Amino acid sequence: MRTLRRPVAALAATAALLLAAACSASTSGSSTTPTGFTPPKIPMQTSLGKGEGTVNIVAWAGYVEYGQDSKTVDWVTPFTQQTGCKVNLKVAGTSDEMVALMKTGQYDTVSASGDATLRLIAGGDVAPVNTTLVPNYASIYPGLKNQPWNSVAGTSYGIPHGRGANLLMYNKTKVSPAPTSWGAVFDPSSPYAGHITAYDDPIYIADAALYLMKTQPSLGIKNPYALTADQLAKVVALLKAQKKNINSYWSDYTKEQAAFDSGDFWLGTTWEVIAQAVAADGKVKTDAILPSEGSTGWSDTWMVSAHAQHPNCAYQWMNYIVSPSANAQVAEYFGEAPANSLACAQIKDNPHFCADYHADDESWWKNVYYWNTPTKSCVDGSGRNDCTDYAQWVTAWNEIKS
Amino acid sequence: MVSSPVRRLAGALHRRPGLRLAGLLSAPMAWLLVAYLGSLTVLLLSAFWTTNEFTSQIEYVWNTDNFAQVLTDPVYRTVALRTLGIAAGVTVIDALLALPMALYMARVARPGSRRLLLVAVTAPLWAGYLVKAYAWWVMLSHGGVLDWAGGSPGFGVPAVVIVLAYLWLPYMVLPLYGALEQLPGSLLEASADLGGRPWRTVRSVILPLVKPALIAGSVFTFSLSLGDYLTVQIVGGTTQMLGNVIASDVTLNLPMAAAVSCIPVLLIVGYLLTVRRTGALENL
Repeated sequence: MRTLRRPVAALAATAALLLAAACSASTSGSSTTPTGFTPPKIPMQTSLGKGEGTVNIVAWAGYVEYGQDSKTVDWVTPFTQQTGCKVNLKVAGTSDEMVALMKTGQYDTVSASGDATLRLIAGGDVAPVNTTLVPNYASIYPGLKNQPWNSVAGTSYGIPHGRGANLLMYNKTKVSPAPTSWGAVFDPSSPYAGHITAYDDPIYIADAALYLMKTQPSLGIKNPYALTADQLAKVVALLKAQKKNINSYWSDYTKEQAAFDSGDFWLGTTWEVIAQAVAADGKVKTDAILPSEGSTGWSDTWMVSAHAQHPNCAYQWMNYIVSPSANAQVAEYFGEAPANSLACAQIKDNPHFCADYHADDESWWKNVYYWNTPTKSCVDGSGRNDCTDYAQWVTAWNEIKS
Repeated sequence: MVSSPVRRLAGALHRRPGLRLAGLLSAPMAWLLVAYLGSLTVLLLSAFWTTNEFTSQIEYVWNTDNFAQVLTDPVYRTVALRTLGIAAGVTVIDALLALPMALYMARVARPGSRRLLLVAVTAPLWAGYLVKAYAWWVMLSHGGVLDWAGGSPGFGVPAVVIVLAYLWLPYMVLPLYGALEQLPGSLLEASADLGGRPWRTVRSVILPLVKPALIAGSVFTFSLSLGDYLTVQIVGGTTQMLGNVIASDVTLNLPMAAAVSCIPVLLIVGYLLTVRRTGALENL
């Protein structure tokens, strides 16, 4: 085939030119991360109009249930009946995915964790939230309002949804004695090598950092999201050693569920909702615990997109999902502490639910480190400015996984 | 005579063959340039941009940092070499499996069973890619068929090579079958008449003649393996290939993903150039 010769040669020449251009360039210093950033000016909605008939939601698995996982678990249908807003759901497996989805401008509202919220605010992807348009905001625990991850300089950017901790799930027949420490997943000579799993996201670095913070105080880690370059290197070394024992990483919760069911995974980090799903499948006996070191966790916030095409339905959704009844259902189904103080009374089958999940016990949450975006200015409140930022975490995570 | 616009147009087209040709070719050429090459160019251009490290917003500042990072960061070298190894392994395995299969189908099997074998080879193409990958996940996983038979390699590079070799096998068998079927029987008879034993005939007559088909098949298996990222996600365990790196970058760091995606493009171009040097593409 004669004609192929020229195009191929031309393509090769182009490629060579590009490569040469790439090689000749020197690496310039990376731009500094905005620390005390000023969010772009985005107007706040001042009044609530008529619903648009639809709302597009990005959420964590288990937050928006219309009977897709279990016919009896459904709080979306009542919402649609009350407001006339049809719900289109997009489930995201990681905070990075949520940020990327919100950047498309196709979604109206998102249940963002603390490692996504500030990035969304700084990027101008979400608008300030007018809390007076959300009547149920009044009964949200004061300890969750206007926190560093959901507000900037007194301006609220979202409605608190609930909070919880990442747990250690294990297969009771395979793992014995029962683990009490995260050491079970970080032990390089673990007897469970090849059956351990971990969360597939740069934020999992914080889980390893927390373990080192509690077991090797000499490293001087004060907060798992505030790591100097040296500390990050130590954490990366731990995660690289762990990788040899990992069966596979998960970010899609159905993957973890299926792999625990099949017996490929024996132990690893999980969310309560996955633990309950595995228990409901009944194929293996599992337990999920909060290890002695405490854990990473999340405090989630419903935010509204700066480009929302259905802002009125989005506000109605935010008000509905934190209402005592809906918030109670989500909290019980997902296994997290509700944000609405009146939700506890709605959980009839377990009067101790809110006590069990420490809904109002701020001192207990001191041991749970909510997902946060690491920045150059350390997020441990020390005022230091020598911490690794999220971009460095992403690079480190790629290095661990490569 | 009244000249309607249609008639006038027809007349103009009749008088000017160049116009006729342009009219005929403009649609497919526009497709090729805009949709196919255009999108690739945009991707390549975006590799020269950068993203804000905090907000992941694309910043339109012309620079080559991404390429510098791809070239200097050992992470990308490791992943690129692993991907290259997997693609080469899949291609070799497929060639070794497909050659005897195609030879039997084209030269030995009776017409009836030949048709049946062709259907058997192409039938898996009718099933979805994900279905096949997950079928292998079930077989390879704990308590799966292979585990039960005592031979599951577990999730990892071997599993990826096996599944990819399975997925792309038809793309190797079909070109080989086509070439072998067209091979004149007289050549094989001549070889036998001259005292060539079967193995000698395969080596000196069949292989050189089907080499272009073998290379065409290898271009498929090699490039498809190079770009794959789903199979490795499903059965790869903790293995990373170039496709995974691109996929994980594409959400929040499109410029970096674009820069990384130049690696498989260059590898394929390199492969085509190597193949061309052997002269195999001339008689394709």
